[in-house]
Amino acid sequence: MPRYYDTDIPSRLMLGTAQYPSPAILAEAFKRSGAGIATVSVRREAGGARAGQAFWDMIGDLGAHVLPNTAGCHSVREAVTTAQMARELFETDWIKLEVIGHADTLQPDPFGLVEAARILTEDGFKVFPYCTEDLVLCERLVEAGCRVLMPWGAPIGTGLGLNNIYGLRSLRAHFPDLPLVIDAGLGLPSQAAHAMELGYDAVLLNTAVAKAGDPAAMAEGFARALEAGRLGFEADPMEPRDMAAPSTPVLGRAFT
Amino acid sequence: MKITVNGTTQERAATTLDALLVELGYGTAKVATAVNESFVPAASRPEQRLNDGDRIEIVAPRQGG
Repeated sequence: MPRYYDTDIPSRLMLGTAQYPSPAILAEAFKRSGAGIATVSVRREAGGARAGQAFWDMIGDLGAHVLPNTAGCHSVREAVTTAQMARELFETDWIKLEVIGHADTLQPDPFGLVEAARILTEDGFKVFPYCTEDLVLCERLVEAGCRVLMPWGAPIGTGLGLNNIYGLRSLRAHFPDLPLVIDAGLGLPSQAAHAMELGYDAVLLNTAVAKAGDPAAMAEGFARALEAGRLGFEADPMEPRDMAAPSTPVLGRAFT
Repeated sequence: MKITVNGTTQERAATTLDALLVELGYGTAKVATAVNESFVPAASRPEQRLNDGDRIEIVAPRQGG
């Protein structure tokens, strides 16, 4: 099972907490999937409102580690300040670092991401960077102090799956000992299984589960796919080949 | 004093961040704060002076992906 910054997590599923039809369905999705990490955010609170406290109380019952994000931040300054506010609110030095570089694709700003990762690492954070599968970017993030990488499969909320298998495979080969998590873009359990077959350590989901017709069932489906895919990876799969090869013995065939 | 709180410009009497939270009714709410995009820890709010034109962010835990 994955280990992030010396913390063992007994699940390969990180699950977001947004967009569910109700808090009860959110809780059921966590229960049925056994997700080990819950991603959360910080947002403006009006005077007199207590929405933050209510949410805080609810996530305490999920039985998952909390991973705050800096979602929606478009600059290093915004991301660093948001991370610092999240650390105080959620009482954790873990941060899922997002520095968004493009409004349409929500893809990371690689330059801002590395700068923010360095600042936050020096400030004592344990950074989980939402990144692309670009090898050079990932090397820079590791140099900046990241001990886990979270490349996208596809743009956030698209459900397109793993768009660059070659790039993801290269990343796995280049960082054999670093926890690698597919963050964003998954829509189906089979895509999560594929990520496991590539040797990835975990996946992070939100929209795929929350926007399914039955979120709790989909969460469980993903959990089972992760288990199946991981078993397949650990079982050392056969090499694919172009030509057919009979599986039934040829020797002793009738009519010969 | 005219300041901007969570994107809304308003006239406020409080001269410290701590006093502003009381004035706006946050009480003991679980919030974190920033002034002009710099984080201000809860323990530093009483000493955090507010100036005309300051931009204050007051945030709380929320759902996220």
